[in-house]
Amino acid sequence: MFPSNFEYFAPTTLDEALGLLAEHGEEAKVLAGGQSLIPLMKLRFAAPAVVIDINRVAGLDHLEESKRGRGFLRIGALVRNATLERSDLLADRYPTMATAAPLISDPIVRNQGTLVGSLCHADPQGDFGSVMLALDGEVVVKSTAGERRIPIKRFLDGPFTSTIRPDELAVEARVPSPEGRFSGTYLKLERKVGDFATVGVAVFVSTERGKVTRAGIGLTGVGATNIKATEAEAALVGNRLTDATIDEASRLAAAAADPRTDVRGSADYKRDVVRVYVARGLQELSGARAA
Amino acid sequence: MTATEETAAESAPEKPLDWLGQSIKRKEDDRFLAGRGHYIEDIDLPNMLHMAILRSPYAHATINSIDTTEAAALPGVVAVVTGELLAQHNLAWMPTLSGDTQAVLATDKVRMQGQEVACVIAEDRYVAHDALELIDVDYEPLPAVVNPFAALEEGAPLIRDDKEGQTDNRVYHWEAGDAAATEEAFLEAHKVVAVDTHYPRSHPSPLECCGCVADLNPASHRATIYMTSQAPHAIRTVFALVTGLPEQNIQIISPDIGGGFGNKVPVYPGYVVATAASLLLGRPVKWIEDRTGNLISTGFARDFHMKGELAVARDGTMLGVRVKMLSDQGYAYADAQPSKLKAGLFHIVTGSYDLPAAHVVCDGAYTNKAPGGVAYRCSFRVTEASFLIERLVQNAAVELGLDPAELRRRNFIQPEQFPYTSATGFVYDSGDYETAMDMALEMAGYDELRAEQQRRRTEGGKLLGIGLASMTEALGAGPSRDYDILGIKMFDSAELRVHPTGKAILKLGVRHQGQGHETTFAQIVAHELGIPPDDILVHEGDTDNTPYGLGTYASRSTPVAGAAAAMVSRTLREKAKKIAAHLLEVSEDDLEWEHDRFSVKGAPSQTKTIQEIAFAAYTNHPMGMEAGLEGVHYYDPPNLTFPFATYVVVVEVDPETGEWQPIHVVAIDDCGVRINPMIVEGQIMGASPRASPWPPCRRSPSTTTATASGPTSWTT
Amino acid sequence: MKQSITVTVNGQSRSAEVEPRMLLVHLLRDVFRLTGAHVGCDTTSCGVCTVLVDGTPVKSCTMFGVQVDGRSVTTVEGLAANGAMHPIQEAFKEEHGLQCGFCTPAMMLVATALLEENPDPTEDDIRWAISGNLCRCTGYQNIVKSVQFCAEQMRQASAGAPS
Repeated sequence: MFPSNFEYFAPTTLDEALGLLAEHGEEAKVLAGGQSLIPLMKLRFAAPAVVIDINRVAGLDHLEESKRGRGFLRIGALVRNATLERSDLLADRYPTMATAAPLISDPIVRNQGTLVGSLCHADPQGDFGSVMLALDGEVVVKSTAGERRIPIKRFLDGPFTSTIRPDELAVEARVPSPEGRFSGTYLKLERKVGDFATVGVAVFVSTERGKVTRAGIGLTGVGATNIKATEAEAALVGNRLTDATIDEASRLAAAAADPRTDVRGSADYKRDVVRVYVARGLQELSGARAA
Repeated sequence: MTATEETAAESAPEKPLDWLGQSIKRKEDDRFLAGRGHYIEDIDLPNMLHMAILRSPYAHATINSIDTTEAAALPGVVAVVTGELLAQHNLAWMPTLSGDTQAVLATDKVRMQGQEVACVIAEDRYVAHDALELIDVDYEPLPAVVNPFAALEEGAPLIRDDKEGQTDNRVYHWEAGDAAATEEAFLEAHKVVAVDTHYPRSHPSPLECCGCVADLNPASHRATIYMTSQAPHAIRTVFALVTGLPEQNIQIISPDIGGGFGNKVPVYPGYVVATAASLLLGRPVKWIEDRTGNLISTGFARDFHMKGELAVARDGTMLGVRVKMLSDQGYAYADAQPSKLKAGLFHIVTGSYDLPAAHVVCDGAYTNKAPGGVAYRCSFRVTEASFLIERLVQNAAVELGLDPAELRRRNFIQPEQFPYTSATGFVYDSGDYETAMDMALEMAGYDELRAEQQRRRTEGGKLLGIGLASMTEALGAGPSRDYDILGIKMFDSAELRVHPTGKAILKLGVRHQGQGHETTFAQIVAHELGIPPDDILVHEGDTDNTPYGLGTYASRSTPVAGAAAAMVSRTLREKAKKIAAHLLEVSEDDLEWEHDRFSVKGAPSQTKTIQEIAFAAYTNHPMGMEAGLEGVHYYDPPNLTFPFATYVVVVEVDPETGEWQPIHVVAIDDCGVRINPMIVEGQIMGASPRASPWPPCRRSPSTTTATASGPTSWTT
Repeated sequence: MKQSITVTVNGQSRSAEVEPRMLLVHLLRDVFRLTGAHVGCDTTSCGVCTVLVDGTPVKSCTMFGVQVDGRSVTTVEGLAANGAMHPIQEAFKEEHGLQCGFCTPAMMLVATALLEENPDPTEDDIRWAISGNLCRCTGYQNIVKSVQFCAEQMRQASAGAPS
């Protein structure tokens, strides 16, 4: 497994990186963690003429909460998944992401892999796409022309396709800070450590006086992209988490899934696991809420 | 007693250790721990070229043309080899270990996805892979047959149209047992229990892929071929036959092997092309397979479609078993197994049970898949047989309303019945199956487990699955009257040289891949001759420097080559006795052997240790005797050996999603004499998790790997 | 096209001219002739190529050699010091934590990184740490025991060491 030749740049500043993208964008790939890009290059599914390695760019490794507006979490493009896995901030405030992080690939891959890179890779079996959908996150992209903030639902465009332009660099992922009482979790069915999800389910709810004010449900591995189960979310908002509402939401989430039969399981099986996992996730959250 | 003698007696060492049964640490470990193992990829010869293989994207297609012009013109590319070029040297096809033929590089058609179509030889591996992308192959896809039942239907596309006289996709038809007697037994049955199952295709998937470095020296005409082979001697003979090179000029060296598990037994096209390329170019050529190539094209295991029926009486007594098996062979019959036994030892399907009648009908079919059929961590096709009979027994227990342990108990072959001739003709040497099962049940806490299982069924939550299996294996192939690979009898060999200083080298025809031979076989010699294992070098995997042997696979090395090591040690001990008699000036009859020395009967202080005798063998041997202390033994086992086991596996199952997790495994194995218990237990602990992908019968097209989150407890 | 890089490998500064596409594992094996890191898969799955970059385990088949320019790499060849085995090497031998040896260098490096961060790991911690590394021989049980044994030895050694 030997990648094709390419021209390599290792910029040290953001401006330098954006300049290189402006010049080479169409034929370039950005290298951050490299844990999806490099395997693709080894298999020669990808053969970029230019690789722009942003690992030496200063100022992209921030993981912090901003208090601006209603507040949001900022995850820089060089924040490694291992950092997310060990983050107290995530464990306290962003439980959906915190529970997903240790389930991404394996610990060694997590030492390199990044959340932002994973979003750009837009693998429908990527776990963080679902987390971001459940949390209504957005991706901040920059180019020499300026900055765009793209809601995750518009960012993920299809299997392995995002709406980032070739001259743009994804510099940060953002997630709105939770309000009121909140909880979240990520459930993943995988055959073995490091395997892609047979089914993954991200759930998030915030409540006020027992009623759901915000609900987020993202599905992994059961469609051409990560899926935001909007009808299931809508069914929860304004209601209490009861057996009946949970059943209804999990049924709607299963209906939103569009899985394919493959070696990991039949379409029917995967759809039913979505139902079970959404119900389990919500039950877990309702338990947490009661506590 | 003189003063001198007294002193000697006082300073005599304590009764020395018998090395048999000691869990000594492995002699081979240090180099692996230092990162100084020497695997195929580590071999780097001067002026060496690198080879990469272009594989077919189609399972079945006609090749209209192959254009290599652009690839050949790429700087750094030395040659592009196609089937056409090989055909000019009569090398486009090669024999398989089962006497069929397999394409080296496709000429007329490709018959499986991943089939080798062309090879690039370049100065650099990266460049070789660049060039693969420049080869233009014009394929015309044909209907592919990937199901063996469909392959045998009338009108199915003929896969092996290259073979004269082959008019359908049948590879073989083979039967064992007695059809009439079995029919009769079934007439008596209270119940006939049936299982129709597919033991899916699997891949041994050693962590190291295959590879070779072929170095044909045009000046010396010597072919030195480093190769990931579990069977270097057999490969040498095949290479001599395929290439026409004189066998004395071929040296196969198997360096350290990063796991084999059967996958590294067959001959692969990559080996042959690299050798041919080295021959044509006069430079060493290295080929290291990638994982994709390994999974898609090399020796698989299992892939048996099995219909079994078990006839039982009202009280559970088993009356007979009949089996129809269809094996999916891929596009070539390339099983590594004895030529007379078309489905290996699958007819051991009567298992541990006193089954008076059995009939086994086996068919093999060509399909558009990779050839293989290797013994993956087992003897030839024994795992498939165990799986089927144990499933039948399990189902019978359910249908009869009996506990599966109880049904087994009622039907085990009893200790006094050994040697026991099975209905399919095996002569089981010994066994005590009930004791093994009882130990397993007790260690597992079987009764409590059953109660817990019941409790969980009523209370909800995760369910408990309790799996029970009592296997009898047939291994140590094999007696030369019945067992051969391509006509070469399945003996194995050991050559022992004891040097003047009492240190020894043991050379074997087998080749280990992690089984610990360098320690285990040293212990065998140590046990027989008293030379400490640290003083014995075990040398394997070099055809110039080891006696001919059939190799390490199918659970045969220790029973066959290990026996050869013991036998040659005993031969040397006989010679040592003559030398000792000469040195001590007594008759041989006056000597007795203890551990590492001969002593004069009744005068125990008059001794000669093996080291003293070895020195004398070169410096002071009796007149008329050949000098030296060396020997070689080719061991032809009188029978197979029949180890047995009972395993209890407890799993938790999520009833809503089917997720399951093993939580306890009890393995009771009777493997005979444990030469190094640590290594024996290591083998069992290593093998058992390999079974875990099978219960859900995952039909992965590629491979299965055990996870690091294995069972939480073990008992061996 | 080639780029010049300087890497500290097992404490020694090494320089090389490499194509940017050369994978780290090939830089180590083919250029620096350190063959303890192996290659077992195409897809970052098996982990037998694992080495430490600035003390952190990485799969060296999934990083380009140019990425370690100016950084520090530890391979299995860097474990032993002054002719003596590292405790993790002793432990793998003691607990029969290896069979064919192909995954062993990676397993040991991962274990040393774990013990550096967590000197008293639970069995679950160890299984977590090695979950990106496949072994086809041992069934992992003895690898876990080896890491436990090493942790115990290192704790005893540091308890006995003069403060």
